[in-house]
Amino acid sequence: MSGPSPSPVIDVHNLSKRYGGKTVVDRLSLTVPRGHIYGFLGPNGSGKTTTIRMLCGLLTPDEGEGTCLGFDLRRDAEKIKRQVGYMTQKFSFWEDMTIHENLSFVARLFELDRPDERVEAIMNSMQLTDRASQLAGSLSGGWKQRLALAACILHEPSLLLLDEPTAGVDPKARRDFWDEIHRLADQGITVLVSTHYMEEAERCHSIVYMAYSRLIVQGTVEEVIAQSHLVTWTVEGSHLMDLMRSLEGNPAIATLAPFGTRLHISGTDEALMMKALAPYMNNETLTWSRTTPTLEDAFIHFMAQHGERGGKAA
Amino acid sequence: MRNGISFYRIGAVLIKELRQLRRDKPTLGIMIMIPIVQLMLFGYAINTDPKYQPTALLIQDYSPFTRTLLAGFQNTDYFSMVKVVSNDREGHDLLQKGEVQFVITVPTNFARSIIRQEKPRLLIEADATDPTAAANALSALNGIITKALEHDMTGPLAALQPKGAAIDVTVHRLYNPEGFSRYNIVPGLMGVILTMTGIMMTALSLTREREQGTMENLLSMPVKPLEVMAGKIAPYVLIGYTQAAIILLAAKLLFGVPILGSVGLLSAALIIFLICNLALGFTVSAGARNQTQALQLSFFLIMPSILLSGFMFPFRGMPEWAQSIGSLLPATYFIRIVRGILLKGNDLVLIWPNAWPLFVFMLITMAIAMKLYKQTLD
Ligand SMILES: Nc1ncnc2c1ncn2[C@@H]1O[C@H](COP(=O)(O)OP(=O)(O)OP(=O)(O)O)[C@@H](O)[C@H]1O
Ligand SMILES: [Mg+2]
Repeated sequence: MSGPSPSPVIDVHNLSKRYGGKTVVDRLSLTVPRGHIYGFLGPNGSGKTTTIRMLCGLLTPDEGEGTCLGFDLRRDAEKIKRQVGYMTQKFSFWEDMTIHENLSFVARLFELDRPDERVEAIMNSMQLTDRASQLAGSLSGGWKQRLALAACILHEPSLLLLDEPTAGVDPKARRDFWDEIHRLADQGITVLVSTHYMEEAERCHSIVYMAYSRLIVQGTVEEVIAQSHLVTWTVEGSHLMDLMRSLEGNPAIATLAPFGTRLHISGTDEALMMKALAPYMNNETLTWSRTTPTLEDAFIHFMAQHGERGGKAA
Repeated sequence: MRNGISFYRIGAVLIKELRQLRRDKPTLGIMIMIPIVQLMLFGYAINTDPKYQPTALLIQDYSPFTRTLLAGFQNTDYFSMVKVVSNDREGHDLLQKGEVQFVITVPTNFARSIIRQEKPRLLIEADATDPTAAANALSALNGIITKALEHDMTGPLAALQPKGAAIDVTVHRLYNPEGFSRYNIVPGLMGVILTMTGIMMTALSLTREREQGTMENLLSMPVKPLEVMAGKIAPYVLIGYTQAAIILLAAKLLFGVPILGSVGLLSAALIIFLICNLALGFTVSAGARNQTQALQLSFFLIMPSILLSGFMFPFRGMPEWAQSIGSLLPATYFIRIVRGILLKGNDLVLIWPNAWPLFVFMLITMAIAMKLYKQTLD
């Protein structure tokens, strides 16, 4: 149904969206091949939700054009909706209806064949059967997410757009969730999923990072880290807060991030950095090691870098 | 049915609405209670045909004619002579304080003028702040006067039997052409209650979805605006029929209102009228930003239907501008249709002049609703 397979599932160019005078998404271009899981990351207010809404036809871009599943974003919103499963960031099912009623409503809006069987099947595979007659409003956060995911894969879409699907979900349920997403991707479904969790980002084939309305980097985890050009030292020891305070504001240091008894110190210019760190290297209470920067180091760095350049945070 | 309007999807929306409605017992209860309470209020508590209304007299000419006239007034039971005043100002004072409803002035030389066939002027001033209170009393007037004077002008005065009226009655207030009674109130009440509940029930339908965030979900699925509207309106058509049945039953059993015409024809008119109001409410909810705004807008639309549809005030008694506004309201036409069918036994041909405007209104409202329904979140 989704046209010749080599053509990308999402293919958009220079999408822009403005609210009032404020540009919320700024000339974003994105290509997502079929069967891939793309992680969509970025600080709060960077424009992820707005981008996803433009992709599924819920918002009309002010500028730019492109296709989703081979259909034009502006002209064929109707056709896109039939093949996209969109999971909203905020829970958006009917709280005064039961799980079963919600799912069967969705099945009928999509005019699925044998809707009741389909609903039974999805409830089985998502372990929702026991709670079938519980009102959606009375579900806990994690179960709400599960219902939402069930509803958006019910019509077997070719593209899943998931907006922070695992926010507030416990680790076990999150792992199940991601196993499910990988299973779907294996079947050829394309997934664009926004998240704030680093370990989730690491489970994606590719990462798209947005900050301040713009797409900053994209690529695999390794590519994104490499593009940050960061050099990172990890220090372990007892008086790390003192060390952190004395290094703060040092132009040679790009980011400082404490992780329990360890501190990640990153910079872009290794020589300058060595000079700044030299006085502390001989301290016996500290253990130094040169490590590869984490994705989080890279993101914090990107955010700081583009915050200086791109104006204030939203 | 992949591209056109799908009845299957309308059914899906309809079932969803019914399920939600079933769990919203308070709303359901209110919808059934409103017609009952209103009927009791208007049918029993509010008497629009008050008798023995306080009346003051300013008599500037005592004569047998005057006495006969006053006796005639009292015999109607509408007037109760409570005061005799000696000048205009005193009379106006009483009116202003609300102590009397009417002041009747018998001019000087009243008897002589009658005999000379000069048509003397009998002035009746009425407190018009509540025009309906005086309506029946005033419409009884002409009969009284002619009868009373006929009786006096016999024997030697027979020659004076006028060709037209012997005296010129001047009433200082609006003339009420349509008499008011319970018979008349029931059709009006049906129009007003259905307008009120119809608009309010759907006015929140979309704003609620928007405020709860479910609109984003609904919009992301392949359902068309017309399908959403039809599905959301349909359950309330059923509720509207229930309300109408309650009103009709009460009208017949409690107030003995006759049902001369066809109930089937009434049902047909009813469905168009219900859709008019529900679509109007839907339009409000498509245009309003939040629930508060939707409610304010609904009241703004409901008020004219109560005031200018011919329910509160006789339609022909209203000034022209009010009549023009009234002519734009579905309730105006529906009330006429119900009166026609119930009280006059009208058939389709006779109600047609009032039926087609309803139909046009329905189509226009639906078109506006579709125009306002946004398929995106922009
Ligand atoms: N309807 C709207 N009207 C005005 N501004 C809006 C609207 N929707 C979003 N914005 C603004 O657009 C910007 C981007 O919002 P968006 O929801 O896309 O961010 P996000 O990346 O999804 O953030 P988060 O991680 O917090 O979900 C924000 O500054 C937000 O205030
Ligand atoms: Mg968001």
